[in-house]
Amino acid sequence: MEQLINILLLMLSSVLVQNFIFSKFYGICPFLGVSDKPATAAGMGMAVTFVITLSSAATWAVYYGLLVPLELTFLKTIAFILIIAALVQLIEMFLKRYLPSLYQALGIYLPLITTNCAVLGAALINIQNGYSFLYSVAVGFAAAIGFTMAILIFAGVRARLQFADAPKSFQGMPLVLISAGLIAMAFSGFSGINFF
Amino acid sequence: MDILFALLCFAGISMVLGLMLAVASKIFAVKVDPRIPEITDVLPGANCGGCGFAGCSACAEAIVSGAAKTAACPVGGQSCADAIAAIMGTQTGTVTRMRAQVMCSGGHDNAKQKYLYEGPHDCAAAMRLGGGPKECPNGCIGFGSCALLCPNHAITVENGIAVVHADKCFGCGICVESCPKRIIKLIPFDAPVHVGCSSLDRGSITRTYCEAGCIGCMLCTKVCESGAITVKDSIASINYDLCTHCGKCAEKCPRSIIFVEEGKCTVAPPAPQAAEDAQNVTEAIREDAKQNADAPLQTKDTPADTVPQESSTANEEAVPENTENADLP
Repeated sequence: MEQLINILLLMLSSVLVQNFIFSKFYGICPFLGVSDKPATAAGMGMAVTFVITLSSAATWAVYYGLLVPLELTFLKTIAFILIIAALVQLIEMFLKRYLPSLYQALGIYLPLITTNCAVLGAALINIQNGYSFLYSVAVGFAAAIGFTMAILIFAGVRARLQFADAPKSFQGMPLVLISAGLIAMAFSGFSGINFF
Repeated sequence: MDILFALLCFAGISMVLGLMLAVASKIFAVKVDPRIPEITDVLPGANCGGCGFAGCSACAEAIVSGAAKTAACPVGGQSCADAIAAIMGTQTGTVTRMRAQVMCSGGHDNAKQKYLYEGPHDCAAAMRLGGGPKECPNGCIGFGSCALLCPNHAITVENGIAVVHADKCFGCGICVESCPKRIIKLIPFDAPVHVGCSSLDRGSITRTYCEAGCIGCMLCTKVCESGAITVKDSIASINYDLCTHCGKCAEKCPRSIIFVEEGKCTVAPPAPQAAEDAQNVTEAIREDAKQNADAPLQTKDTPADTVPQESSTANEEAVPENTENADLP
């Protein structure tokens, strides 16, 4: 029971306090690139959630099953990139064959995030903090949910930015970056909350 | 030695992963129907989405799976449909070429403005401000959001109304989706007449803000011999399957908002004289209404549809008198 509460608190803190985008600045590339429309942002969020959750599990298994016994832990970054890339390819093929509807929904986003830093970051943080398998998967999933929430919020903001009458030098990316910074400042309010 | 060990380990891991992927690609291989790429080649390749699918290859997939007809492509026309039918080994249905038509003719000169709009030059943005600057809730906003999206540049904005140039339109229907007012309709390319209004308001209300608004007087339904015109929600609509191209409706319309495509009707479009006659008709109806308007208040709440045809014109005409009075203090 205590473990369950711990996991839930850890997940909540991953979503809000340790938000990948607004407090750790991981995955900024898809965050800025695919947040034009809420629909594409949701697709990206789904794909990220899917991949991070699975890769958290796979990298944990590879780290403790292979790298630790072989005393190659200093090469974990390279190993994880390898594992994640292969895993995403495998998942893509599997989905295309057996779950074509999910494949259609995730579409082009799946291969796009193969080597995304948010995915790699989630795997590395899990190892750094020495989480158990269950914790790793739960935290990975929660971090991805945080990413999805952030990108969806931002897609909504950007939809309204299109109607904003901004000075010419601010139009386009500058305004997008400034608003991303403003939302990050709002999220920094969560950093006062400490669950542990 | 350590380096060699690490290298060997990673070579091993990579090899295992590579083998795994190679095997997986065999196991999970998806067989693609050879007809799909063939049909995709035959389709126009504009990826306009006019068929209702996400692009030409999606349409081809739908045709092969049976979800779409061989004549699904509105752009390719008969020749395209025949080619697809040949690939599929079936007979084609007939394709009706469609064109888009903006069902509004209330421009700057004849439709009232509600306010002076200053903001992004975009229909969807204007729509958010109380439904746009025109007083008519179903009038063309006229900022040309449809024109921007038209893949063939067939739409221009003239006098505050979007106008579709039929010769350039290939009926993909993108504009239909883009219009926030939903007043662009697809009609058969050969359609001889169309109703240039989408107002769902009662005639008395429509009359207050637009000179080119359908008032639901039903004169066209009466003059139409084939019964192709119906009036519902105070707006005339034409069933083109029944239309006989006689052009009488256009001649009769007291508001002159049934427009004739040049040379497509057996009867010539109303000359200035005819328009004047139409004006007289309105006057006559108005006179008529004044005499009959004993109890306009009771009929005001009755929907036009439920009123018998003979009296409905009188009632419709009677109400404006009433609303004009109501405006006075």
